[in-house]
Amino acid sequence: MPSLKEVKSRITSVISTQQITKAMKMVAAAKLRKSQDRIMQMRPFAKKMNALLQNLSSAETDGQAWYSHVREEKKILIIAITSDRGLCGAFNSSIFKATQRLVEEKYAEQAKLGNVTYLPLGKKAFEYFEKRKAKSIDQYWQLFHNLSFEEVAEIGEHVMSAFQKGEFDKVEIVYNEFKNVATQILRTEQFLPILPPTENHSADGQTQIDYIYQPNQQEILSGLIPKSLKVQLYKAVLDSNAAENGARMTAMDKATDNAGELLKELKLTYNRTRQAAITKEILEIVAGAEALKSA
Amino acid sequence: MYLEIITPDKKVFEGEVTSATFPGIDGGFQVLNDHAPLISLLKEGTVEYKSKEANSKIAITGGVVEVLKNKVVLLADGVA
Repeated sequence: MPSLKEVKSRITSVISTQQITKAMKMVAAAKLRKSQDRIMQMRPFAKKMNALLQNLSSAETDGQAWYSHVREEKKILIIAITSDRGLCGAFNSSIFKATQRLVEEKYAEQAKLGNVTYLPLGKKAFEYFEKRKAKSIDQYWQLFHNLSFEEVAEIGEHVMSAFQKGEFDKVEIVYNEFKNVATQILRTEQFLPILPPTENHSADGQTQIDYIYQPNQQEILSGLIPKSLKVQLYKAVLDSNAAENGARMTAMDKATDNAGELLKELKLTYNRTRQAAITKEILEIVAGAEALKSA
Repeated sequence: MYLEIITPDKKVFEGEVTSATFPGIDGGFQVLNDHAPLISLLKEGTVEYKSKEANSKIAITGGVVEVLKNKVVLLADGVA
C-alpha cells in the first residue's frame, strides 16, 4: 500500500489537473458559441449563392471554362484543415488519417512520383506535413490567428490561379464538418475542377424563371464561380473551427469526469491507508499495555 | 418589397423597403416594387435604400443581386 503522503500528493495533482480541464472546457464553450454563430451566419449566404448558381446553371458552358476543366489527374493538391492547438480528442489525428487514406486509395501513383502537394491550414497540419517532409504550400497555415473572409479569399485565389496555370489538376479539401457539439463529420470534398450541378431540381414543377441578366448570363457565371469557390472554402474553414471547439469541449468534459473518478478512487485509498495506520497504532498501544500488565 | 443584404460574415440588413439603388457593373440602377426578375453583378460602390422611416447607405466592395417576386437578395463580398 502506498504511503499516506504519496497518496495525498497525487490527490492534489489530480485536483489541479481537473481544475485546468474544467477551465479549458469553459473556454472552449465560450469560443464554440462564437464560432457557431459565425458558421450559422455563413450558411444562409452559401445557400443563397448555391441557389443563384442553380438558377444560372442553364447557361452551362460544357466544360469549356477553366474551373470545370477536367484534366488527367497528374498533380494533386490536398487542402487539410486542422486546428492550431491540441487537446481536442481525435480531431486532428482523424484528419491526418483521412488524408493518408485518401492518398493511398486514390492517388498512390501520383504520390510515388511526388506529385501530391499539401496545403495545411492550422498549426497542427503544418507541423505534421513538415515532420513528414511532404511537399507543401506553407504560407497560409497561420490563418486561424485572425480568421476573416478576406484571408480565406486570398488562399482561394492562390489555389484557383495555380489550378488555372496547370500547377494542379485536381484539388481536394479534407476537413471536419460541424454537426453539433458532440459530433464532427469528416468530409472530403472536391474543390476543383467544379463538379457539374446535380440535376435534381427540374422535376419539382418549377418553371425556369425568365431573369434579366446584367451584363449577361455567361459573364455573371464566370464572375460568380470564383466567389462561390471562396465561399465554399470559407465555409469549410468555419466548419472546422466550430467543430474544433466542439471537439475540445467534449474532450475536456470527459477529462474532467475522468479526473473526478480518479479522485474518488484515490480518496478511498487515502482513507483506507489512514484507517490502517490508526488500527495499527491502537493495536500497538493495546499490545504494549497487555505486556505491561502481564509483567 | 423585401430587401436582404448578406455578407459571408453577417447579415447587414433585412427589412421592408420602398426602393433600392445598386452600383451595377454596367452602371447604377434602381429597383422599385414589382420589378421584373433580375440578376446583376455589382461593382464597388454604395447601395442606397429607402424604407418608410429612413434612407440608408451602405458601401459594398462588390457582389451580386437577385430580384425575384418583390424579394431582393444582395450577396455582398464585403461592406466597408
